[in-house]
Amino acid sequence: MEKTTNQKAWFLVLPVLALVAFSAVIPLMTVVNYSVQDTFGNNQFFWAGLEWFREMLSSERMWNALWRQLVFSAIILAIEVPLGIFVALNMPKRGVWASTCLVLMALPLLIPWNVVGTIWQIFGRVDIGLLGYTLEALGIDYNYTQDIFSAWATVIVMDVWHWTSLVALLAYAGLQSIPDAYYQAAKIDQASRWAVFRYIELPKMSGVLMIAILLRFMDSFMIYTEPFVVTGGGPGNATTFLSIDLVKMALGQFDLGPAAAFSIMYFLVILLISWVFYTVMTNLDRREGHR
Amino acid sequence: MSDTTMPPAPARTTPARGFALPRVSGSAIVMTLYLVFLLTPIYWLFNMSLKTNQEILSTFSLWPREVTFENYMTILTDPSWYMGYVNSMIYVVMNMVISVTVALPAAYAFSRYTFMGDKHLFFWLLTNRMAPPAVFALPFFQLYSSIGLFDTHIAVALAHCLFNVPLAVWILEGFMRGVPKEIDETAYIDGYSFPRFFVRIFMPLIASGIGVAAFFCFMFSWVELLLSRTLTSVNAKPIAATMTRTVSASGMDWGVLAAAGVLTIVPGALVIYFVRNYIAKGFALGRV
Repeated sequence: MEKTTNQKAWFLVLPVLALVAFSAVIPLMTVVNYSVQDTFGNNQFFWAGLEWFREMLSSERMWNALWRQLVFSAIILAIEVPLGIFVALNMPKRGVWASTCLVLMALPLLIPWNVVGTIWQIFGRVDIGLLGYTLEALGIDYNYTQDIFSAWATVIVMDVWHWTSLVALLAYAGLQSIPDAYYQAAKIDQASRWAVFRYIELPKMSGVLMIAILLRFMDSFMIYTEPFVVTGGGPGNATTFLSIDLVKMALGQFDLGPAAAFSIMYFLVILLISWVFYTVMTNLDRREGHR
Repeated sequence: MSDTTMPPAPARTTPARGFALPRVSGSAIVMTLYLVFLLTPIYWLFNMSLKTNQEILSTFSLWPREVTFENYMTILTDPSWYMGYVNSMIYVVMNMVISVTVALPAAYAFSRYTFMGDKHLFFWLLTNRMAPPAVFALPFFQLYSSIGLFDTHIAVALAHCLFNVPLAVWILEGFMRGVPKEIDETAYIDGYSFPRFFVRIFMPLIASGIGVAAFFCFMFSWVELLLSRTLTSVNAKPIAATMTRTVSASGMDWGVLAAAGVLTIVPGALVIYFVRNYIAKGFALGRV
């Protein structure tokens, strides 16, 4: 749609600006403020310059948390995106079953995140949980509170359980928008199933898939509640992701300076990677518009 | 889900979907497996909520031997429990109303006009959706304490605006793009003022978009715990934070915990039915 230039449109945006300024800019400035100052209590602050940033950059703790976070996000993206596409390809196209599948699949998305944690905490326990009990009965050594591998597996399976539906729903919506004529043309050309997927379905889904990847990346990078409830960041620090570490530092130990420096770098990393995704996404949008 | 429950076979073997032919039964199997994977943990929670603590800990069974509703009774009769649900509902609804109200004019501006810095502003709004709540927990706590809003519903509602307002703007903008601009122009020629046009003509046209935006605000405010827990202590304590109470000296009260969990799933399950066909469009921020 052709848009007209109208600077007065700013007035329509004002309420949002005011609200977001209050709920985002002010708190963010507080963080910036803390990150460059030191305090010895009594609300006395001293200029510390970039000291905290230097300290955090050389802190092994932060690098470890960042590394774990990157590995976690990479693993869940590598599982959820292909699985989501696969599920979407297998969903019924129309009728009662299509709606039923949609409703049931969306169910995990609407469960409060700590309840998601609770569900898996219970489900994975070897004494009262179906999963833990079954694995134990099969003779597999599984204990998510003590064994690092079990803890990671639990957190990853939980995230796959929680969010694969999101990818599937988006991919499904992308598939639904493909006109039947495309399939007919492919049929005439005797295209293989793989060719149909590769040259018709995948390109048509690319827009929504980018959104799915962007959302999944952002949310997995901020994950806090679910692993916190299930493993509490343990065993040891094995599942202490960035948010968990940050909350420990800021609200647990009240190390304001380092925590604030940490926050800013954390936010910048998310911003940077998301900006890349966003640019790719808008470019795709534009290309489709020209087609 | 067996084959008989799938859509009638002829519909799936039309030339258009001819490629689906060998997948008909395969799809059903894949979907069944996936849905079983999704529903089993939820079933297990439900199963436990109907058992007594003694039965949970002593016997292992796939369904409750003696169905008890005591766990639910505990929650529904104890104010410190059920007020958690009331508090959550209050701030979720407040957040929904605030977010959609401020997002409507902004989304209209983004969908209809270009103005100085609009693209940057749009991305800046999205960055708020990317902001980790953990980063904001402490500053929010201090901000709302200093203005005397700590432990009130409005504090949580405003805090959740951080990620819900950008989301609402995005979703509404997507829906508004689908409304032809000629409608606006005709209305202005007919002598409608902007507010009157917006409320009388435009809003009914994007009613489904407003519904979807409201649903997503509801959802993300309902599932969030970190901020709502940090900003409340007693009066506005959300159900999610109340649930941590089940850890007592005598061990975990698993039955009540499970029942509380099941009750938090119910509101979502109820509203999801109404927006089932728009879920994907909402998640795609109106861009499908």
